[in-house]
Amino acid sequence: MEEISSLMQGFGVALTPYNLALMFVGIVLGVIIGVLPGLGGANGVAILLPLTFSMPPTSAIIMLSCIYWGALFGGAITSILFNIPGEPWSVATTFDGHPMARQGRADEALTAAFTSSFVGAFVAVVVITFLAPLIARFALQFGPAEFFSVFFLTFASFVGMGRGSPWKTIAAMALGFALATVGMDGVTGQLRMTFGFDQLLSGFGFLIAVIGLFGIGEILASMETGLQFKGSEAKLRLGVVLTTWKKLLTYWATSIRSCVIGCWMGITPGGATPASFMSYGLAKRISPRGANFGKGEMEGVVAPETAAHAAGTSALLPMLTLGIPGSPTAAVLLGGLLIWGLQPGPLLFVEQKEFVWGLIASMYLGNIVGLIVVLTCVPLFAAILRVPFSIVAPVILVICAIGAYTVNNAMFDVWLMLVFGVVGYAFNKLDYPLAPLVLAIVLGDRAEESFRQSMLLSQGNLSIFWSNPLVASIMSLGLLMLVWPLLSSLRTPKTPGQSAAAPS
Amino acid sequence: MKALNYPSMRGCIGAAIAGAISVVGLASSAQAWEPTKQVTFIIPAGTGGGADQMARFVQGVVTKHNLMKQPMVVINKAGGAGAEGFLEVKKSKGDPHQIIITLSNLFTTPLATGVPFNWKELTPVAMLALDQFVLWVNSETSYKSAKDYITAISAGADKQFKMGGTGSKQEDQIITVALEKVTGGKHFTYVPYRGGGEVAVQLVGKHVDSTVNNPIEAVAQWRAGALRPLCIFDDKRSTYTTKVTTDMAWSDIPTCKQSGVDVDYQMLRGIFMPGGVTKEQVAFYVDLFKKVRETPDWKEFMEKGAFNNTFMSGDEYTKWVAAAETRHQELMKGAGFLAGAK
Repeated sequence: MEEISSLMQGFGVALTPYNLALMFVGIVLGVIIGVLPGLGGANGVAILLPLTFSMPPTSAIIMLSCIYWGALFGGAITSILFNIPGEPWSVATTFDGHPMARQGRADEALTAAFTSSFVGAFVAVVVITFLAPLIARFALQFGPAEFFSVFFLTFASFVGMGRGSPWKTIAAMALGFALATVGMDGVTGQLRMTFGFDQLLSGFGFLIAVIGLFGIGEILASMETGLQFKGSEAKLRLGVVLTTWKKLLTYWATSIRSCVIGCWMGITPGGATPASFMSYGLAKRISPRGANFGKGEMEGVVAPETAAHAAGTSALLPMLTLGIPGSPTAAVLLGGLLIWGLQPGPLLFVEQKEFVWGLIASMYLGNIVGLIVVLTCVPLFAAILRVPFSIVAPVILVICAIGAYTVNNAMFDVWLMLVFGVVGYAFNKLDYPLAPLVLAIVLGDRAEESFRQSMLLSQGNLSIFWSNPLVASIMSLGLLMLVWPLLSSLRTPKTPGQSAAAPS
Repeated sequence: MKALNYPSMRGCIGAAIAGAISVVGLASSAQAWEPTKQVTFIIPAGTGGGADQMARFVQGVVTKHNLMKQPMVVINKAGGAGAEGFLEVKKSKGDPHQIIITLSNLFTTPLATGVPFNWKELTPVAMLALDQFVLWVNSETSYKSAKDYITAISAGADKQFKMGGTGSKQEDQIITVALEKVTGGKHFTYVPYRGGGEVAVQLVGKHVDSTVNNPIEAVAQWRAGALRPLCIFDDKRSTYTTKVTTDMAWSDIPTCKQSGVDVDYQMLRGIFMPGGVTKEQVAFYVDLFKKVRETPDWKEFMEKGAFNNTFMSGDEYTKWVAAAETRHQELMKGAGFLAGAK
């Protein structure tokens, strides 16, 4: 097959000692960037971009994309250990990853997360290798109505997912939608809910909200429960990678489902964030262990991590073939391509064969290198939890504050983070789920925008959401998800497990 | 892979003095100034758009050719249609380590939102180029010229044709409203998107009927045969004669005026500094951008994006900006986009 021979040539390009060294450097830098909240993949790549201008384009993109992989791997570390997701798509990883860490199973959670990331990314690369030209066209079918249907499906698969009252979920989500409206309204070009504060012009940053709600909220809650973050319980088990892998094999169905969701969302390009949430929501519904989700179920780590990385990787396809970046990091990479004189677009695969296949080959290699690097460090990461809480907590607070500050270099954001921290704490105490709130903050404005674009296109006619088989099937699936909890609660009496705390 | 041509290194101070003298025309007593810490380059727009591409490109050229001793850091401050970025610069009065690239939102954002800032509170440095606008349709449609398309709109129902564009009450929508003067009273349904690349893809996917994308946003799709340019919103044709597709160059696109659509609009890609900076400080940046423009990389970039490669600085530039502001006030007023006008 032509793809195989092109790929082999690509490996020839990527497999030089120089490029392998760059890969290693990229992964390590990426992991560090991923661990520090506020720095994030996009900033990291932007800062390091100028360093690569003296390199040949292929080497440069290999190093930068390895930083990207490294940051993706690294995002899972803080989510699991400290309940602080560094990127939007790591939020769902905290739901079960952090409870596992609290139970002294941080090493298992990390291994599961890294391995799932690898599986997701690997499957996505295989898809890119063989189906690239075919599926690149698919993204073109996505207009505003299709985008809205995807967001709708994501929200719908989340309502009623928390074990608490569905009303609390809806209330949290509604608050999130309200917060998401702050700033510029993209459709009318008017400012909303800024109340004259310049700092609110760009709305509430995801990172600030999440660092506050999850990170600070978590520390407040831990302090109250008498510092019960039992660091010494984080055992160091050397064989943990192998034992975890054995367990992971039993979750094959979830892995496959998450890969499919992830690849599909990456290509369309719905993005990694909806993919991770949707995958988590579905896994919880379908899995026989669904009732344990949110209490430290490994499958709850596998689902979002696999989907997020499958999506993150396959999102590079629309970037290369259509020039639409699937994420802020991809946007910076896109800028890099232009500086190297490469024009992303349908002809890139034809005109820049060496570059494209070198990049694809480096995705295979970069992920393998990345997995090896992070897996060997699992005991090291897990050991962080052995440090007493009274030392770790202030350090986390400082890192959170620095992270919030660096997003916009603004002190205002640090105060905002603390306010969100108090909100997060209050949500915990009152048993409101945080996840729908965060989901709505992250996707609310895009959902609103695509809905209103659709309404402009159809001149206010809702039938646009059933105007073709693609959008109709996604919308119908979403409606089904929405009424599912209602139907199942009618059929079966409430089980005791349903009254436990919602994931947070 | 292209060869990298490094210009011979000159003494930085010497060059800065030379620049200061040649540009501002000061007496030889002028003291050269150069940055003493990192320079922040603010983009009042999101990642991936035209301004972002240009600013990151400039950063790349400055780094690659060692044009400045201190590092240059690029930051996006896109909030409130760029108001966030402009307010930041306005606030940093007297800070010579901050520059900002502008697009038309320098004029449109304060007019449309009432956020208090004006270019007069900033210091104009230089015009780097003017960005063109082209009327694009999907290549599978039957419209071969702007006239064909306008005739179809005039014959169709009101709001039947959909125009995709970047942002709301900004340049794309201003052009759309201007176009409506020749469509026999028929309006477009204007659909705002987040970025130019996204708009081009929406046109390829036939979710909208036309766009007024900047050349660089749509060129990849044009070369792939997915889009067709109908006319360019300038009073004369582009000067780039190298073939972009198999049979067309940028210069082969007729002007909209030639096609009977009397609309003319270009967008400023220029540099400003905070207010209250010294002449020497401005001169440093004027000289820096002159050097950037001399690199082969810049020339290639200009051609790829079919930019109108005009350079201005000093009084000439200030006058140009003042005239552009008046023009935007008229256009925005005519379109009913002024804040509180509804």
